[in-house]
Amino acid sequence: MAVWSVKVLIVANMNFNEESQMMAMEELLGEDQAQAEKLKRTLRAQRRRRKQPLLEAVGPAVLPAEEEAEKDRAGMAAPAAAARAPRSLPPVPSTSRTSFAEFSIRERMREKLKAARSKAESALLQEGPSPRPRHLKSLRQRESETRWDKESDEDESRHMQEDESQMSSRVKFCDSVKKLKQKSHVQTDFPSAEEAYNFFTFNFGPEPDNIKDETKSKKKSESNQEEEEGEEQESIVSHQQEQTEDEMDEEDCLVNDREDLFIIDQMARDFLVVKPADYRSYSERLQKEREILFTPSILTVPMSQKVPENMQPRYLEDEGLYTGERPIVSLSNQNILENRILRQEQGKRWFGDDGKLLALPSPIKQSSTRPPIFSLEEGIEPELETLYRKAMKPMHANQYIVGSRDPQGQFQLDIDISGLIFTHHPCFSREHVLAAKLAQLYDQYLARRQQNLTKLLTDKLHALRNAVQSSLDNSGTNVPNPVAQQSVTEYKFVIRQTRRLRDAEQEKDRTLLKTIIKVWKEMKSLRDFQKFTNTPMKLYLRKEEVDQRSDKKIHEAEIQAEINELLEEYMEEYEKKMEEYKTELQEWKSWKKAQKTKKKKKIKQSQDQEEEEAEESEYGEEPVKPIPPKLANRLEVEQQVREKAVNIRRKPGESVLIPELSLTGSVTPNDLCPRAEVLRREDVKKRSVFLKVLFNTKEVSRTVTRQISSDFRVHFGQIFNLKIFNWPESLKLQIYETMGLSSTNLLAEMFIPVPETTVLTGRARTEEIEFSSNQRVMLDHEGVGSGVPFSFEADGSNKITLMTSGKVSNSVSWAIGENGVPLIPLVSQQKTGIPSALKNIDAVASIGTSGLTDMKKLAKWAAETKLDPNDPKNADLMQLIMVATNGDACVPGFFRLEQLQQEFNFASDEELNRSKRFRLLQLRHREVAEFRNYRQVPLLEREITEKLFENYEKRLRERDVIDSKDHLDAHRALVAKYLQKVRESVINRFLTAKHHFLLSDLVNEEEVPSLGNLGLSLFKLAEPKRPLKPRRKERKKITAQNLSDGDINLLVNIIRAYDIPVRKPILSKLQQPSRSSRSFNEMFAASPSLQSPTHSIDWAFNQALVHPFVEVSFQRTVCRTTTAEGPNPNWNEELELPFRAPNGDYSTTSLQSVKDEVFINIFDEVLYDVLEDDRERGSGIHTRVERHWLGCVRIPFSTIYFQTRIDGTFKIDIPPVLLGYGKEKNLGNERGYDSVRSLSEGSYITLFITIEPQLIPGDPVREKFDTQEDEKLLQAAEKYQAECALKFPSRQCLTTVVDINGKTVFITRYIKPLNPPQELLNGHPNNSQAAAELVARYVALIPFLPDSVSFAGICDLWSTSDQFLDLLAGDEEEHAVLLCNYFLAMGKKAWLIIGNAIPEIWFNIQQYDSPVRINFDISKPKLWKSFFSQSLPYPGLSSVQPEELIYQRIDKAAALELQGRIEKILKEKIMEWRPRHLTRWNRYCTSTLRHFLPLLEQFQGKAVEDDHQAELQKQLGDYRVSGFPIHMPFSEVKPLIEAVHSTGVHTIDISNAEFALAVYVHAYPKNVLSVWIYIASLVRSR
Amino acid sequence: MAAAAAAAAPTVFLLMVNGQIESAQFPAFDDLYCKYCFVYGHDWAPTTGLEEGISQITSKNRDAQQALVWNFPIDITFKSTNPSGWPQIVVSVYGPDLFGNDVVRGYGAVHVPFTPGSHRRTIPMFVPESTSKLQKITSWLIGRHPEFTDPKVVAQGEGREVITVRSQGFVTISFNVVTKDMKKLGYDVSPSDMQNPSVVSLTDGIHNH
Repeated sequence: MAVWSVKVLIVANMNFNEESQMMAMEELLGEDQAQAEKLKRTLRAQRRRRKQPLLEAVGPAVLPAEEEAEKDRAGMAAPAAAARAPRSLPPVPSTSRTSFAEFSIRERMREKLKAARSKAESALLQEGPSPRPRHLKSLRQRESETRWDKESDEDESRHMQEDESQMSSRVKFCDSVKKLKQKSHVQTDFPSAEEAYNFFTFNFGPEPDNIKDETKSKKKSESNQEEEEGEEQESIVSHQQEQTEDEMDEEDCLVNDREDLFIIDQMARDFLVVKPADYRSYSERLQKEREILFTPSILTVPMSQKVPENMQPRYLEDEGLYTGERPIVSLSNQNILENRILRQEQGKRWFGDDGKLLALPSPIKQSSTRPPIFSLEEGIEPELETLYRKAMKPMHANQYIVGSRDPQGQFQLDIDISGLIFTHHPCFSREHVLAAKLAQLYDQYLARRQQNLTKLLTDKLHALRNAVQSSLDNSGTNVPNPVAQQSVTEYKFVIRQTRRLRDAEQEKDRTLLKTIIKVWKEMKSLRDFQKFTNTPMKLYLRKEEVDQRSDKKIHEAEIQAEINELLEEYMEEYEKKMEEYKTELQEWKSWKKAQKTKKKKKIKQSQDQEEEEAEESEYGEEPVKPIPPKLANRLEVEQQVREKAVNIRRKPGESVLIPELSLTGSVTPNDLCPRAEVLRREDVKKRSVFLKVLFNTKEVSRTVTRQISSDFRVHFGQIFNLKIFNWPESLKLQIYETMGLSSTNLLAEMFIPVPETTVLTGRARTEEIEFSSNQRVMLDHEGVGSGVPFSFEADGSNKITLMTSGKVSNSVSWAIGENGVPLIPLVSQQKTGIPSALKNIDAVASIGTSGLTDMKKLAKWAAETKLDPNDPKNADLMQLIMVATNGDACVPGFFRLEQLQQEFNFASDEELNRSKRFRLLQLRHREVAEFRNYRQVPLLEREITEKLFENYEKRLRERDVIDSKDHLDAHRALVAKYLQKVRESVINRFLTAKHHFLLSDLVNEEEVPSLGNLGLSLFKLAEPKRPLKPRRKERKKITAQNLSDGDINLLVNIIRAYDIPVRKPILSKLQQPSRSSRSFNEMFAASPSLQSPTHSIDWAFNQALVHPFVEVSFQRTVCRTTTAEGPNPNWNEELELPFRAPNGDYSTTSLQSVKDEVFINIFDEVLYDVLEDDRERGSGIHTRVERHWLGCVRIPFSTIYFQTRIDGTFKIDIPPVLLGYGKEKNLGNERGYDSVRSLSEGSYITLFITIEPQLIPGDPVREKFDTQEDEKLLQAAEKYQAECALKFPSRQCLTTVVDINGKTVFITRYIKPLNPPQELLNGHPNNSQAAAELVARYVALIPFLPDSVSFAGICDLWSTSDQFLDLLAGDEEEHAVLLCNYFLAMGKKAWLIIGNAIPEIWFNIQQYDSPVRINFDISKPKLWKSFFSQSLPYPGLSSVQPEELIYQRIDKAAALELQGRIEKILKEKIMEWRPRHLTRWNRYCTSTLRHFLPLLEQFQGKAVEDDHQAELQKQLGDYRVSGFPIHMPFSEVKPLIEAVHSTGVHTIDISNAEFALAVYVHAYPKNVLSVWIYIASLVRSR
Repeated sequence: MAAAAAAAAPTVFLLMVNGQIESAQFPAFDDLYCKYCFVYGHDWAPTTGLEEGISQITSKNRDAQQALVWNFPIDITFKSTNPSGWPQIVVSVYGPDLFGNDVVRGYGAVHVPFTPGSHRRTIPMFVPESTSKLQKITSWLIGRHPEFTDPKVVAQGEGREVITVRSQGFVTISFNVVTKDMKKLGYDVSPSDMQNPSVVSLTDGIHNH
């Protein structure tokens, strides 16, 4: 399309082109102007007349016809286009069956054409008034424009050419024009714009004949008119005329026989086009717009469009990858963008996997990093205030900088540039060249004359000769003196030398003089020839007359002396040569002789081949026969000497010529010079020069720009004072020449030597430094140019080429300071490397700093300066050079990341591994459990003991080794290991999670108060300041960091207890007769003093009482309360126990993992009378205090730590059998408690426990865990939780929990009916209640292990029931879940209640033995809020629990073995605890107890007491037995030991006490073991 | 004996820091007091001196600078076996707001200078921002602006990504640092080109003023 449009433009111009061309032709043609004039005048009028009707009439007339023609094609063209085709085109060629597209292009073309035509039309109309300038323009335009065509439209034009053949003769004009054009321009065979124009504009319809004539005449008139007007411009057009000269002839004939050169009528018709107003309907436009335009919708793009097909969007963030925050873009804009992108090809690749546009994280910082500006009260801000600071000289750390050590180091280099003389310049005229040459020669002459070497040498020669003469005279008189002889020969040698030198000098003088004269002559002739002088140079030859005779005499004497000397010399030479000759001859002769003999031998041998070879070799070696030397002839020598003398010396008697050059000549003024010379002089005037001074390749200053004077001298006379800091490496001058106003070009550069330190200002000599430039300049005036050969001869032979050259006179010196101190950087000041010959030694000084990086340069320099490779100073440099020159520094063929890492490595890996300290640091950094908070890693290796790592290494080693020693049971050991591993992995998981922070971890922020809260807080204002029932106030919490041992205490406040077992009166008959077994009686007897009156009433009822006290033991520290009385004692005492963290580490994590338990033991204090004799009773009291363990409450420290305080009433864990104790049933009259007590089966104690100071409990991890739950469900759960929390902030509400794999699981998935062990069910087939109890018991037997302990209190993990059973350990949730599941399986209604309590297993009862205060009627929506409601129906979540639990068979043998082992261990322990006493074991009792234990297990410790008691009494009549069975689920031995220890049975210190210990292990399915320990102490009663 | 052994072959190096929390620039606030504490690594232990402190309340100077001067002394000595975890001083500034509520005005931390000598440090202070506009308004109303749960947060890099802070004010602290045995244990903290560190640090101090 572009091509087309260009064409159309051309077409527009074409009219004028034609015309102008025609005009040009006519101009040449029509010589008879008069005729033309006449014709023209008439025609002009004619034309004007004709034009008007044509313009009006032709258009409409032609239109219909055209439309007809158009219609033919319109049939196949677009109907819309048909309307806009006012003119028919040349018939569509048959070959081109245009496609629709093509056609539309043409259609468009036509439009454009039309526009162009109308333009042309208007232009034509204006032609009359001012056509002229257009002609010129169009002429030029055509030239260029037609050329474009040639390039572009080859094909099309060829096409058209084919068409042409079909054209009628009417197109002749076009042909002729074309021909003409082809001639005038390049003779190519493709058509030009002309044809294109015709192609588009020509009407091929029928045409009236008269038009031809009209046009013809009109054309003529037009051209005539133009001719006339164009006359003035003839000169301009003449240019074109020349061009077209050749084509003249052809044009002639063309013009002559043309029919219609200009088809004006057609044009007129073209210009007038009438057509309907162009209107496109709105809908059509909309249609069009819709094709091009696109309005992106603001609606959200469906996800399916954005992600690849059949793919789900993938959210990287949900997968745990960090995605960064996207920049904020408003949703509508985002939608628009997405819609827009989707319209594009491959739009989808802009979308990520998550269906969002790919975006980098928002780069915008959240806060401004610019510091705030504080304004003073006065307007100017201090930061913006301008302060004056004295300029400070920067200190240079570079040793190559002069005076970096010396603060006053100011060094100055004065550079005096006085002027510039060109010895050659492009603007030199020939005369100048000669003048320069002459000047040069003259300078040379002057210099020589000043030296006057000839004279010097001549004098020397004379002196020498005299010396020789005198010595010869002496020797003549005296005996020949060998010393004198020697000196004579030496003299002679020197004479010879000197003479030769003198001759050379004389010759030089002579030739110089000659050349001077010759050049002067040339110059004179040149001046004559060119008839002007350019230079004021004049040479005078001053003749100095000499005394002819004396001169001749001297001359002759000289010649004679020389001849003699030469003769002598020759004689000597001759003798020498003669001798040489003789020896050589001798040699030759001997050789010849030998040869002959050889030959003879050879012939004898007569072997051809060898002979030949021999001969060959002989020929090669044959020496030449020496030639005897000739004796020198005196005449010849004389001849020689005289000839030479003529050549090199002035003739004797000839006057001495002394040339004198003066500048006194007058230069021919400009007006007398020819034009070329004037141009030259003007050119010289235009030129000016300046110099730049470069110091260390940096420009420091430049001279003023001065014009070049006519004698090519430039005077600057400027002195530059360079204050230098850097050591001068180079001084350079650059000569720049400027021409006129614009161009500045570098003529030449020259280096100035840095002056020696002795060169000071004032003493420095002005030196002239030559420069030259290889610039090539050619000038079009008299100037000879430079680098261009020119000649002085007329015929141009003997060419010489001169380069621009010249001299700069300058002086460089060191300046002298004010006090006369030269400002020179002292050499001694340079520390190293820059001694006096610094150029040679210091690399930087000589090649510059940049050179140091250039290896080649450096190496070259090193080679040049012959660095001493052994000098340690040069060691590194040499190494560098070695590397560089050896090529070792070649680029390696591989790419290495962090190739400098090696350099930065702090220590090698082996070293790191070997070092204990690094190891310790590494382990600590990795937060390995043993070293997690290790403090003060010793600095020195030797301080780290191997012991430190022992534990860790042992753990590593034993990770896979199962140690059954501690566990007594292989399975349990396995489980323990497994647990350990789970624990480790979970801990690691949480340790990493701990490093993720939430805002709430870091920032305390007040919640936005809701309206309700606000109301409440308003209420609070009205609260009494001192309430009657004060509440415990929150104490300040302490972070654990700064604590140490002894800082933390455990506060246990023991308030009261209920229903403590009381002593039973002994009813046994066996006991009564025994005197000494009156312990109870005795005790009762002793007690009245202590007893309150109320109890004395009890006494009347013969009821046994109790004196309980509480002992709290924690971390083996024991504290006890005072003794209270009765079964419902009230102590209200506060006990303080010190707390010691493991390893002295009080960090949160460490505290969380404290496994210690607080034992709260209740004892009965029993007083025994030890009096032997009743008679002494009056005088003294001898009683022994015994304590009898009644029960205990165990509270893990972790619970206290997490709850921060424990406040409540707890059930005392009382052994099922307490010998000598029993519950008082329905004996108590206190009605108030009846209802409670009847329900409760045990004893209770009210406690308050807390830690002082209060520690901040570790926060649970709120890491977002992976989940497989439905998103909707989770959201609902969260909402539910939030709602619940809002109502009861103190109550816990759980909807989701974390399973053992660390995934979030919806809580109800844990609840599923599961089959309890079949054995348990079989036991009570009829009694479901009993079975349920049994099941509950089974569950209770599974050891309790809080998550907080196993997982360092980080979180709560819920394991499924099968996992729980496998692990045989778990906390309350697992127990509860399992039990719940069992009950569900047994067809009971069961719920799971989640509360916060000490982890007693009380909930097993609660499921059916409901706590009073909870109403379990879940159908009442008021009381129970259901999670699943109508709005969120229960989705039928599948359970995570297994389908069925598989139980292992009971392993009785293992249980038996375990039983034995436990018993043994416990016995050993008890003995160990009693180090001061002998521990005796009562075997009889033990066996009795052992029999009894299974019974206990069977009845679950109920309702066996009395029988048992009786039986015991029966069997052990002689002993006072106090003891009890302990029942525990089995997990490890350690808790068992702890439990036994806490009872304090071993503390009895009666000397004759005996002990009995029995253990029974009952195995339940799945390896659940119930352990019974019966421990008793026996005191033999007498 | 122990002292003699230590002198012969030191196993720890000591860092004595004294100086003072000189002044603060909080142009918008008045009547401020500050608290400081030190944060240090596992291998560090304070041997003597106060690890934490709380200053008096000071009012603005009337002059143009409007400095709040505390001149609250710091004096503490650490021993350490490892320069990692070099002590940082954490300063937090508090003061009453419009309604008299005690509000935090800035947190800041800076390492105790490594080199012995006199040093002056100006710490830019910042406070955590409320999470939302509403929070901001309510916190202003009830006078309880967000605070760090533990000011020591500002001395560590962990977890900073979750908070937004606003800068306000500066606190200037001067330190005089003395080290012992560091060079003996192979930690050379003085710049290599200093021949005479004591002289240089003196001039250094002058420059800082």
